[in-house]
Amino acid sequence: MKLITAVVKPHRLDEIKEALQASGVHGLTVTEASGYGRQRGHTEVYRGAEYTVDLVPKIRIEVLVEDDDAEHVTDVIVKAARTGKIGDGKVWSVPVDAAVRVRTGERGPDAL
Amino acid sequence: MPPGITLAADTPQLSAANTGFMLICSALVMLMTPGLAFFYGGMVRVKSTLNMLMMSFISLGIITILWVLYGFSAAFGTDHGGFVGWNGHFLGLSGIGLTQLWPGYTIPIYVFAVFQLMFAIITPALISGALADRVKFTAWALFITLWATVVYFPVAHWVWGTGGWAFDLGVIDFAGGTAVHINAGAAALGVILVIGRRVGFKKDPMRPHSLPLVMLGAGLLWFGWFGFNAGSWLGNDDGVGAVMFVNTQVATAAAMLAWLVYEKLRHGTFTTLGAASGAVAGLVAITPSGGCVSPLGAIAVGAIAGLLCAMAVGLKFRFGYDDSLDVVGVHLVGGVVGSLLIGFFATGGVQSDAKGLFYGGGLGQLGKQAAGVFAVLAYSLVASAILAFLVDKAIGMRVTEDDEVSGIDRTEHAETAYDFSGAGGGATPRNVALVAPVEEHAQARKVDA
Repeated sequence: MKLITAVVKPHRLDEIKEALQASGVHGLTVTEASGYGRQRGHTEVYRGAEYTVDLVPKIRIEVLVEDDDAEHVTDVIVKAARTGKIGDGKVWSVPVDAAVRVRTGERGPDAL
Repeated sequence: MPPGITLAADTPQLSAANTGFMLICSALVMLMTPGLAFFYGGMVRVKSTLNMLMMSFISLGIITILWVLYGFSAAFGTDHGGFVGWNGHFLGLSGIGLTQLWPGYTIPIYVFAVFQLMFAIITPALISGALADRVKFTAWALFITLWATVVYFPVAHWVWGTGGWAFDLGVIDFAGGTAVHINAGAAALGVILVIGRRVGFKKDPMRPHSLPLVMLGAGLLWFGWFGFNAGSWLGNDDGVGAVMFVNTQVATAAAMLAWLVYEKLRHGTFTTLGAASGAVAGLVAITPSGGCVSPLGAIAVGAIAGLLCAMAVGLKFRFGYDDSLDVVGVHLVGGVVGSLLIGFFATGGVQSDAKGLFYGGGLGQLGKQAAGVFAVLAYSLVASAILAFLVDKAIGMRVTEDDEVSGIDRTEHAETAYDFSGAGGGATPRNVALVAPVEEHAQARKVDA
């Protein structure tokens, strides 16, 4: 199994969800995140005091998939997340040792 | 406030209309203090929100009691040397007849006393904006008790009390430009010179945590200010209060626009905080002056105040004093501007026949205004610094650096302003877990299982 993590622009979430559903992924976890890469923050002004806000709001999507599906699912996310502008984010995957469905106790790929 | 001149021919009778109007105005002014709490509360970081709200709310508690016990007597009792008042019947508000009128007016003394109480409440609360994040709550409570007694009650007497020296000199302060705003702004400066800056001032980001709260607060202030200003004529028999109402709206609009335009030119954007701040600056400046200028004059007063206050809020960074939420920049500067502009824009045709420079009155009124401004500013600045010093020596003004950094809400109030976490932030009940309903609840769950 593999854990695919994507940190992407918040407004692409719906596109990504739909694309994943269409390619048979049944579940995912979404977290609000913030950070920066090549895209840096913006400037805010409060009563003349200027602040550079470095951390840009992002969402972090996590999907657990079988090894064979990993590359395809990664491509699906990348395609749905891309706007072509700086700050589109990153997608990566790591191997996963074990997974258990809490309700039934099913293990491994059955738990997905 | 109008001079209590009464022609011998018409001894004032109780007016139900004026009495009703003034009770509503009192309630409007009361609402300004919660409004101020939100205005300030939104501007601090999330960890100090509740403390900021509480610094205003505690004033509603403490000052009310002081006012009943001796405050009203000290501010509006019989004059002693032009400095302070005293009237045994006002102590405890217990020697006042039900329909006994405030001398020269058509409203009962009770109504006058409660209207003035609301001013006494908001003035110390105004100071709190300069002290964000770092003042012990008990020290704040003690400070405002002393400050109201030593500074506000006497200064209100100087400016509005019959026989008060500024009142007799002819200083015009319709609704509190000197007694409320210069007074609170100078006090804020005095206190921060004693207690020092927040940890991380000019280094750490100190962005407002909720501008919607700031806007809500500014809206409540604007609304309540109609009571504050129009009500300060204590009745509606000659139309002056109505002019004040109109000018309050006009100057506030002009000041908001002026602040926004300045910001757009200087920083490139129209900000929400700029709109809220500009509105408050306009409200402050028209407070002393709205009864003696024309609506066009009110536009000038508002625009000048909005512009100067927008420029003044940057000074704290240059001079390095931590006026956290710009009490000095908005209330002191706005109050000074509004008070002095009377010397230029007074038409002589509304509340009194005093004319400003632009209406052929020469420099006389400007001189009187400057005397009032300077005296209140100097007295409040020095007295407040001394009081803060004494409280600091006695019980310490500031929380520890650790407590300040981790957040004054948690350390001084044992609460947090917002809980956004589904898991309740990991909170477990402690003493409440011992009471019966929880046990029943636990048993019910066992049965289910």
